[in-house]
Amino acid sequence: MLQLNNISKSFNEVQALKDITFEVKKNELFGLIGPDGAGKTTLFRIITTLLLPNNGNAFVNGFDTVKDYKEIRKITGYMPGRFSLYQDLTVEENLKFYATVFGTNIKKNYHLIEDIYSHIEPFKKRLAGKLSGGMKQKLALSCALIHKPEILVLDEPTTGVDAVSRAEFWQMLKNLQHKGITIIVSTPYMDEAMLCDRVGLIQNGNIFTIDQPDNIVNSFEKQLWAVKADNNKFKLITDLRNHPNVESAFAFGENIHVSLHDNKQEIKTLEEYLSEQGNQKVVIKQTKAGIEDVFLHFSQQNSVTQ
Amino acid sequence: MKRFLGFVRKEFLHIFRDIRTLIIIFGIPAAQILIFGYAVSTDLKDAKIAILDNSKDEISREITGKLVSSEFFQLEANLNSFQEVDEFLKKGNIKAVVVFENNLGKGLIKEGQGNINIITDASEPTTARLVAAYAESIIRDYQVKKFGTGFLPIKVQANVRMYYNPALEGAYMFVPGVITLILMLICALMTSVTITREKEFGTMEVLLVSPLKPIHIILGKVIPYLLLSIVNMVIILLMANFVFDLPVKGSLTLLMLESILYITLALSLGITISTVSSNMQQAMFISLIGLLLPSLLLSGFIFPIDNMPIAYHYISLIMPPRWFIIILKNIMVKGTGIMFVWKETLILLGMTLFFIGISAKKFKIRLE
Amino acid sequence: MTNEPVIKVKNLVKKFGSFVANDHLNFDVYKGEIFGFLGANGAGKTTAMRILCGLSTPTSGELNVAGFDVKRQSEEIKKHIGYMSQKFSLYEDLTIAENMMLYGGIYHMRHKDIKLRTEEMLKKLDFWEKRKTLISDLPLGWKQKLAFSVAVFHRPEIVFLDEPTGGVDPVTRRQFWELIYQTANEGITIFVTTHYMDEAEYCDRVSIMSEGKIVALDTPGNLKQNYQCDSINDVFIKIARPTEA
Repeated sequence: MLQLNNISKSFNEVQALKDITFEVKKNELFGLIGPDGAGKTTLFRIITTLLLPNNGNAFVNGFDTVKDYKEIRKITGYMPGRFSLYQDLTVEENLKFYATVFGTNIKKNYHLIEDIYSHIEPFKKRLAGKLSGGMKQKLALSCALIHKPEILVLDEPTTGVDAVSRAEFWQMLKNLQHKGITIIVSTPYMDEAMLCDRVGLIQNGNIFTIDQPDNIVNSFEKQLWAVKADNNKFKLITDLRNHPNVESAFAFGENIHVSLHDNKQEIKTLEEYLSEQGNQKVVIKQTKAGIEDVFLHFSQQNSVTQ
Repeated sequence: MKRFLGFVRKEFLHIFRDIRTLIIIFGIPAAQILIFGYAVSTDLKDAKIAILDNSKDEISREITGKLVSSEFFQLEANLNSFQEVDEFLKKGNIKAVVVFENNLGKGLIKEGQGNINIITDASEPTTARLVAAYAESIIRDYQVKKFGTGFLPIKVQANVRMYYNPALEGAYMFVPGVITLILMLICALMTSVTITREKEFGTMEVLLVSPLKPIHIILGKVIPYLLLSIVNMVIILLMANFVFDLPVKGSLTLLMLESILYITLALSLGITISTVSSNMQQAMFISLIGLLLPSLLLSGFIFPIDNMPIAYHYISLIMPPRWFIIILKNIMVKGTGIMFVWKETLILLGMTLFFIGISAKKFKIRLE
Repeated sequence: MTNEPVIKVKNLVKKFGSFVANDHLNFDVYKGEIFGFLGANGAGKTTAMRILCGLSTPTSGELNVAGFDVKRQSEEIKKHIGYMSQKFSLYEDLTIAENMMLYGGIYHMRHKDIKLRTEEMLKKLDFWEKRKTLISDLPLGWKQKLAFSVAVFHRPEIVFLDEPTGGVDPVTRRQFWELIYQTANEGITIFVTTHYMDEAEYCDRVSIMSEGKIVALDTPGNLKQNYQCDSINDVFIKIARPTEA
């Protein structure tokens, strides 16, 4: 459905994308995971034909993004960052507008958006500008879907939205997938990666791994330990980092995820050391890596922090 | 105190690092001084006049000579009959006709007095008054030199009884000018902002990634403003008629057609501005500073172009309002038909096509 | 963490017309605490925070921030607090040193102190060499870290952080929180809102707002226990309802 070959893009002297190659299969739910400035929006704009790459080419459903952009624009549902709704039109008017622009009407494809739109339907006469973040999100998604696109491109649809709405949104995406639409989503929230069929982790214009989330997580080479103590986390992290066997220590919620230089060394010695330093009720357990751990380690290795 | 000074210092830094603010602070005053200094001239220079000499004697020839050789006037034509006065003033080239009565010289000797009429073109009252004043002054000088400072026998009747503006009504002057400026303002400013607004809010992105053709987007944005401006035009004309007693002397149809042309031109100017602006602030800035201000000052609306230095003449040639005001005045005040304004109409048409062409070309189908 | 509350909120009510944004909020925040203020969109978080910062007045209720009454002494409060939000942090066309000079001056710091503090903070962040860079030329992560430094530049008693880590990469996020920890260690109280639920776990105590009310307020550990969840994320999903529209 989507094919990118050696895509590169620079703005002035900044290289936003460096030699990106990957494909998205039909009906897949593909996630592009990475922080601000990684190049997600630039990549999406190239896919939706809004930007021309400096190098490489891209194909959507077999159409070239440069030469056949008109065809691609007919079959794409696009939701850019900031949702891009007409704030001074009502919910209903926004939806109607996008339907007509694509030469269809609301009734025709209502079944596609029914689950989503039903949440905001009671507010259909309200101005889009007066909706909450979660509602705007649903409206923007409905507008992108109303013409039954073959591919849905969503640029950070969950940014700035609360956790409950985010969870609901991903559920809606999964349902859409069952209706035969290919979906490519970008997000800075690492936990959302687990909900995709496949993900690409992107930072500084580089996609450093593409695979099913489970594979990525399972193939993480390092052994990770979750360290918890009853006191000040900062002290715990500092003490850990001062220990010669500790390779990295990152806060993860209530735990600190630690990787060691030498895993064969007894964990007990680490525990004792921490207690000696004044940490209370130290608990160290083996733990499995998550997408964020993978990301962190990749960043560290390449010293690519912002 | 330090807190205050720190804040002041920050504001200076912002100013020097933002080119737009610098233009407003330094560029505009400089431009205004240049414009007001040179354009606003209350001096007359090389105003074209015609002479209707019914006397053709020594006195009239001497006076003609004095008038014509002065730096204020330039002889454009010698008329032969009173009927020609109408025709020449309508053409718009000459500012005034100096009419010497029959047997001026003989009358001076016999009756001790004579009459000279100065008939002026009223569509520019400022100029008209100047012309009359300067002519009167030259004739007076001549009389003083010839007859001494006593009784001056030649009466100069400045028919500041204007042909086309008998009561020297300001309305005849300012209504056409106001129409021109309002239409330019609404159309150019509004269309330039409406497109850049979509760019700023991000909705343009979604529009582009749709089957909508750019021409649809442009026309879709232009048509509501076109219709509303026509309605506006009608309202202004009605008000001019009923409130200011300024009816449309010429053909209403022609007037509306020319207005639609001008409106379309202003709209395409707005679109062109929007294609080069990335946000609303920029669009408004360009519209106001780059379009409205020069139009106001250099279109001949307030300050007659003829009194400006040559360079400004040339600049005013590319100002659409300059041409439209002429059309409006001709149709509304003088009641002329298409034959008198075909030149201006063609110019406006050319400009419209030019800007539409440029907008279509520069409208970006992508984001960069 | 001592027992003196630096923020005391009693029965805070804020109405916009007939809409009740804050419905009788009651809570205290203690000195040196890292207090997480969570809630769904539209729950009333931003409204409450603005009131605490002296940017808005409550409809009714008693509020005390840094020992000053919010209704009558909002100007005093502003001198004792720092603020950082995602939308505005630093002036983009100034350098970090210029930003610090400005804010230092606004908070009545002496010129010499400003210079010393600027050097101290930038060296700690490993940014001293780059101090002449314009903010607009910096990536987001650095902007956030520097903005935080400016917010605590004048050593306020409390610093309010409004979603300070949005969109930033995971490493920088953690560096940011380490900055927060260091600051809390120095005795500055941190009042932070965030959409990252794992960051909630970094706080000493967390409050969750839903539809104008506080529906939970406790340490992360207790919250998880009480609601039988493994993470604050799950607690949140259980008890917070996004306000419809």
